[in-house]
Amino acid sequence: MSMTLVQVVVSGLLLGAIYALFSSGLTLIWGMMNVVNFAHGDFVMLGMYTAVVVWTALGGGPWASVPIAAIAIASLGIASYFLLVRHIMRGPMLAQILGTFGLALFLRYSAFNVFGANFRTLPDTLVGHSFVLGGIRFEGARVLAGAVGLIVTLALHFMLTRTAIGSRMLAVSEDATAAQLMGIRPQRMQALAWGLAGAATGIAGALIATFFYTSPTVGETLAIVAFVTVSFGGFGSVLGALVAGLIIGVVESVSAFEIGPVYKDVVVYVLFVLVLWFRPQGLMGKT
Amino acid sequence: MVKVSRRTAAAGAALLAFGLAGSAFAQSTVKIGAVYPLSGNAASAGNYEKMAIELAAEVVNNGNAELARMLPFISPTGGLPGLKGAKVQVVVADNQGAPAAGANQTLRLITQEKVAAVIGAYQSGITETTSAIAEKYGIPFVNPESVAANLTERGFKWFFRVTPVAADFAKAYSAFLREQKAAGKKVDSIAIIHENTEYGNSVAKVIAEVFKTDGLNVTQNISYSANSTDVQPQVLQLKEKNPDVAIFISYTSDAILYTKTMKEQNWKPQILIADDAGFNDPKYIKEMGSQVEGLISRTSFAAGKPGSVAAIFDALYKKKTNGDGLEDVSGRGLQGMLVLLDAINRAGSTDPAKIQAALKATDLKQEQMVAGYKGVKFDAKGQNILASSIVTQMRGGQYAPVWPKANATADLVLPYKGW
Repeated sequence: MSMTLVQVVVSGLLLGAIYALFSSGLTLIWGMMNVVNFAHGDFVMLGMYTAVVVWTALGGGPWASVPIAAIAIASLGIASYFLLVRHIMRGPMLAQILGTFGLALFLRYSAFNVFGANFRTLPDTLVGHSFVLGGIRFEGARVLAGAVGLIVTLALHFMLTRTAIGSRMLAVSEDATAAQLMGIRPQRMQALAWGLAGAATGIAGALIATFFYTSPTVGETLAIVAFVTVSFGGFGSVLGALVAGLIIGVVESVSAFEIGPVYKDVVVYVLFVLVLWFRPQGLMGKT
Repeated sequence: MVKVSRRTAAAGAALLAFGLAGSAFAQSTVKIGAVYPLSGNAASAGNYEKMAIELAAEVVNNGNAELARMLPFISPTGGLPGLKGAKVQVVVADNQGAPAAGANQTLRLITQEKVAAVIGAYQSGITETTSAIAEKYGIPFVNPESVAANLTERGFKWFFRVTPVAADFAKAYSAFLREQKAAGKKVDSIAIIHENTEYGNSVAKVIAEVFKTDGLNVTQNISYSANSTDVQPQVLQLKEKNPDVAIFISYTSDAILYTKTMKEQNWKPQILIADDAGFNDPKYIKEMGSQVEGLISRTSFAAGKPGSVAAIFDALYKKKTNGDGLEDVSGRGLQGMLVLLDAINRAGSTDPAKIQAALKATDLKQEQMVAGYKGVKFDAKGQNILASSIVTQMRGGQYAPVWPKANATADLVLPYKGW
């Protein structure tokens, strides 16, 4: 294997960890409440703008912008839950889809209004320069985002499977009425799910902004990847999103390098269809 | 009954007076229709062009002693000299970014406003429908800026395109690169990296064809989707083959990603060329300009040396827009309007057939240009055969014209420096 190919695989793995990071919020909300949040990409976009605003207003790097974005987008998630999602969940499926889709458009065009259609970028010295390790180049910003991606998705996974609060959340997602009889308040758990998903998404946005461009429509580009990652890994499974993110990242990079950039989506989607053919629930989703 | 006949007579008299006034008016005013996107997603560019076209009319109407020495259709005192000092009136219509709306507006301009000629319409798709209406009614149509190749392949007799098209950019790049080769620079391997919609595909194809004919060696052709989330594999492909020259044909978001990723992967070619579009977006220049020192691009407008036609119009335009100078799009728009005004002046009439004949005989020289063309002269299809591009280079966060020498304000510096 040539050195360049190793570099391609490493870049793909880092990219995959970042995919997992911004997909975990989406899969968490689906797992908790069977609601597809079509505004997810726009949550990421607002996380990115938070980082841009923190940098321009306070001159702060990721150490300032990541916690602020986490809190801001978590608040946005909780507010969306109480003001919108809680109500539309009582309606038919179509109302839920159109409800979050409407939220997506609202957030996107509010961003147009506030920030304008212009592209923004953060200085690439914010996180640190790229470095060479064993002949492979690593970009500081991407390594940080990838590492945080791994930590956040694993932490969410363990929180859901190993802690009391996680058990309560899963109980609500399985049967809200039964959980209520056991003394769990479903609304509180669901709001918590939206808050956690928002925090993860905010962190993702703030980190992606350090090496990506920020614009009001950037959420659209990222949301497609998030939806593919989540259904590939299994809707509702945070660990599945991580594994799927890594697979997609590497497959995308290697096929773009070996076959050609225009064909990378073909390879990824063929793989995606094959997985869904044999495992419609995704890699790690429950049937 | 008397009442009625009196009223009829009054109306008849009014009509007669109106008609007389109308014809008297027509002798002192030339009406020109301008169809541009003033709403919709291209409204920003459309409004800049509208101001450029209005500026040309204002300069003709008010006169300008300095320009009158270089441009025969401008007098020191005002009015078109060839039409006994007639004034120009621009009737602006909004094409709403829609081919059907553009066609309807053109129909209105021709049948109701009775314009002598039409200029427009920015988007190639709308130029296609609007010029078809003008063709049907036998009204001259001047197109300053649409680049789709098929526009001049329709056998139209009333259609005149002033802008260079993809083949012209390709020839400019080819001539530029061959000159560098002759000067001892290495241009043995060339990579073309292009986004895969109409713009990127067509320009890449034409560049590859022209380079092949001219003996330039295209060794890599990378096609990608402009809304990619990641361009690392493409940059690594380039890094592995390490071509001497890389030519990017990209929109803004992908231009930003390429710039960042090339720095991350620490790869740069000897000569980096970016075909206009994304790399010329003012927002790209503002955010990324310092990272691409020495990047080569193209434009059709360069203010050039003080006292030149371009520099004088640039100063007047800045005054009109409160600070925004002419750039690629508005510069080409203004040039198109000047071509039309020159033809009307030589026709000495508002008769469409005479204007058409005058347009066919257009022969403007390089020193009379606002845009960076070698001049204006139309072939049988109505394409300006002297249209060409200026090669620019990124210098300290701004593009400066470097080639050809006639338009250059800065010396070319190679190799590409980057960040």
